[in-house]
Amino acid sequence: MTAPAIELKGISKAFGPVQANKDISIRVMPGTIHGIIGENGAGKSTLMSILYGFYKADSGEIYISGKKTAIPDSQAAIAAGIGMVFQHFKLVENFTVLENVILGAEDGARLGPSLSKARKELTQLAKEYELNVDPDALIENIGVGMQQRVEILKALYRQADILILDEPTGVLTPAEADHLFRILEGLKAQGKTIILITHKLREIMEVTDTVSVMRRGQMTATVKTSETSPQELAELMVGRKVLLRVDKKPAQPGNKVLEVENLEVVDEKGVKRLKGIDLNVRAGEILGIAGVAGNGQSELLEVLGGTQTATGTVRVNGQEIDLTGALSDARSRRARGIAHVPEDRQREGLIMDFKAWENVAFGYHHEEEFNAGLLMDQAAIKEDAVGKFKRFDVRPDNPMLEAKSFSGGNQQKIVLAREIERNPELLLIGQPTRGVDIGAIEFIHQRIVELRDAGKAILLVSVELEEILSLADRIAVIFDGQMMGERLPTETDEKELGLLMAGMTGQEREAS
Amino acid sequence: MQTMPKWADILLIPLINLMLAFLISGLVILAIGEDPIAALSLMVDGALGSSYGWGFTLYYATNFIFTGLAVAVAFHAALFNIGGEGQAALGGLGVALICLFFPWPHWTIALLAASLGAAAFGALWATIPAYLQAKRGSHIVITTIMFNFIAASLLNYVLVEILRPPGRMDPSSAGFPEATHLPTISDMLNAVGIPFAARTPANVTLIIALIACVAVYFLIWRTKLGYQIRAFGKSEPAAKYAGISSVKITMIAMAISGGLAGMMAINNVMGEAERLVLNSVEGAGFIGIAVALMGRSHPFGVLLASLLFGFLYQGGAELALWTSIPRDLIVVIQALVILFTGALDGMVRRPVEQMFLMMRKRGG
Repeated sequence: MTAPAIELKGISKAFGPVQANKDISIRVMPGTIHGIIGENGAGKSTLMSILYGFYKADSGEIYISGKKTAIPDSQAAIAAGIGMVFQHFKLVENFTVLENVILGAEDGARLGPSLSKARKELTQLAKEYELNVDPDALIENIGVGMQQRVEILKALYRQADILILDEPTGVLTPAEADHLFRILEGLKAQGKTIILITHKLREIMEVTDTVSVMRRGQMTATVKTSETSPQELAELMVGRKVLLRVDKKPAQPGNKVLEVENLEVVDEKGVKRLKGIDLNVRAGEILGIAGVAGNGQSELLEVLGGTQTATGTVRVNGQEIDLTGALSDARSRRARGIAHVPEDRQREGLIMDFKAWENVAFGYHHEEEFNAGLLMDQAAIKEDAVGKFKRFDVRPDNPMLEAKSFSGGNQQKIVLAREIERNPELLLIGQPTRGVDIGAIEFIHQRIVELRDAGKAILLVSVELEEILSLADRIAVIFDGQMMGERLPTETDEKELGLLMAGMTGQEREAS
Repeated sequence: MQTMPKWADILLIPLINLMLAFLISGLVILAIGEDPIAALSLMVDGALGSSYGWGFTLYYATNFIFTGLAVAVAFHAALFNIGGEGQAALGGLGVALICLFFPWPHWTIALLAASLGAAAFGALWATIPAYLQAKRGSHIVITTIMFNFIAASLLNYVLVEILRPPGRMDPSSAGFPEATHLPTISDMLNAVGIPFAARTPANVTLIIALIACVAVYFLIWRTKLGYQIRAFGKSEPAAKYAGISSVKITMIAMAISGGLAGMMAINNVMGEAERLVLNSVEGAGFIGIAVALMGRSHPFGVLLASLLFGFLYQGGAELALWTSIPRDLIVVIQALVILFTGALDGMVRRPVEQMFLMMRKRGG
């Protein structure tokens, strides 16, 4: 019997009092795709960081192809044949593909020989694995799917036999993701070993041979993918039964709350990010905006939330709102009954270094209820925070902790509690469950549906198609700053939406 | 998750930093053939051993409290105000104009007016770089440094060409009228029967400095403005999301910062010199940076750090007076303190955190 490509024995790692990895053992056979799935904070990334030499395990052993190996740093990991493709690419934007590939693996002081060697090898790799990339293109000029291929090429160029991919599909369209999976299958066929870290059950089911589930720093199960189901994996991840689909009644749309006409945004570089958007959202319905990240949906949210100026017309409950002047800031938007759960809660929605209770007043710090004379009414804010924590089941149940000490899901609950409990006319919500664990996703979806059923208008932006399909009452697809059309979730599917998201209209599809 | 208890962060680490700075200072003193123990005891004795020494130590500390608070307030808005020197110089001009050109019936009213004048001039001097940063994107570190030079030149011009009484040889204003002279700490304590050495410069401004500490505490942690300043300082995109105007907060935070720096002038110009001289700030604006760093931008920390630097200033002067240790060495000691408490803070922090983690593991 062949030795496992990677074997971890009893790996433990603690950060202070937090046990990130606890006695983890895992065997990955060569020539297989092994999935590691788990909620955020389950310890997946820590485990891979140990394998790649970023962290040192407190205890435990690593065997590569049956040989005990110490991996004190990433150089050692590369030497042991391990390549890593990070969630956030580590590429030099203004270098060419070729230059990025040899970066750190140059053969000598002169670049010429390395570059021509790499060019030859890249052509070879492209042929073998469908990894076509123009070697002379600048990174900043190629799409994210291409950039990811460059990351994979970098690893292969360094003779990696074991490839670790951390949440590789987060930034890809469904079609790009499918292409990635084909590449992975090709690599597997060539005998490479692949570890795929993800929180998406669909990907695990589609592409892996075996899957390990992590929960709270421990490996709870390793099973053959063919012998399990998404439902079982979800339960293993969360530790209880979960609802994978949103339970909701049909919408009862009322008046138009939000009307957007011919909205245009030009960014600082003079590039048009929104090219004449028209849409409307009625009371009591959820309009989902589907699209690949970077196609203008962020700008749409920013304009409506008051952090970006624009031209065009936006009416809220029939009254036009200011898009450029003194009343175009976020505070004025809130005064008009628009609440905003931003796409990036850590960058915008929360002050991570503030205590959680201070964040409960964030954006509403002018409100009378939070102020007493010259000073802020800390007692009132804290009391409000305690109530919100209880009603939104935020854990740990302690608003005195700093926002950064909560998990992604609980941070999102704090933001949601703040925005939803304002009882807004219109809720803007971006990526409601990005980086949120399955248990909390269920809760967050329920709250959004509840707000809808209370007759409020909701504009939902998400790059997760599944989320849009299950939550939205109407779906509008955005591509390159333009609306590609609207669909009803009951009358469309991921495939059709995926094509729209890639900018293909009906006619083009028939032609192709 | 807190890696170590709060007291360790606030007290233990600065203390270790200080010890290291003193240790190296000691080695330097040893290297030039002097006795470091004797030097230290001379410093302690000279700065803290008598009410005379305290009279100077507290005077210096008062300066540093104002400039330290100034830097601290700007830090909370993530603005690095290096212009304390210039703002304090302009504050001095404000004090001089108010003391010289208005007939004040009593020092209390004069003090009030001079405080406002000092703050207004300092604030004005700080809002120009603030405006340039907020509206034009000129980096505030660069502009505030340059404004120090502009302030120095401006004062030079004003003193030589305008405020200098005819016939006077040195570039300084006329002496302030009697009614604007502030009572010293010695005057005040002696009045209630506590003996305190006369002819020391510490004056009633110390009390204003202490009030300023309390006021800054409330401003930063209890008011809506402070909340907005801190939010802006921690995350600009988040502040924008919350509807906090970056232009407004930059301008206001810098105005408060400059105002505090300017208020230093009531201590040195009005309280001590009783006239405006050239280069009256004497580097206190820069010491304020070290004080704010060491005090972790907290008013109480700034107070403690100011006392420490007051001690270093006065002790250093004694050292230069009584030993053959050159005056330059005092600057070396002060620099080492700044180096260890500011720049090399992480060097000590890491191992101390490790130690606490080990202890906790063993304990639990």
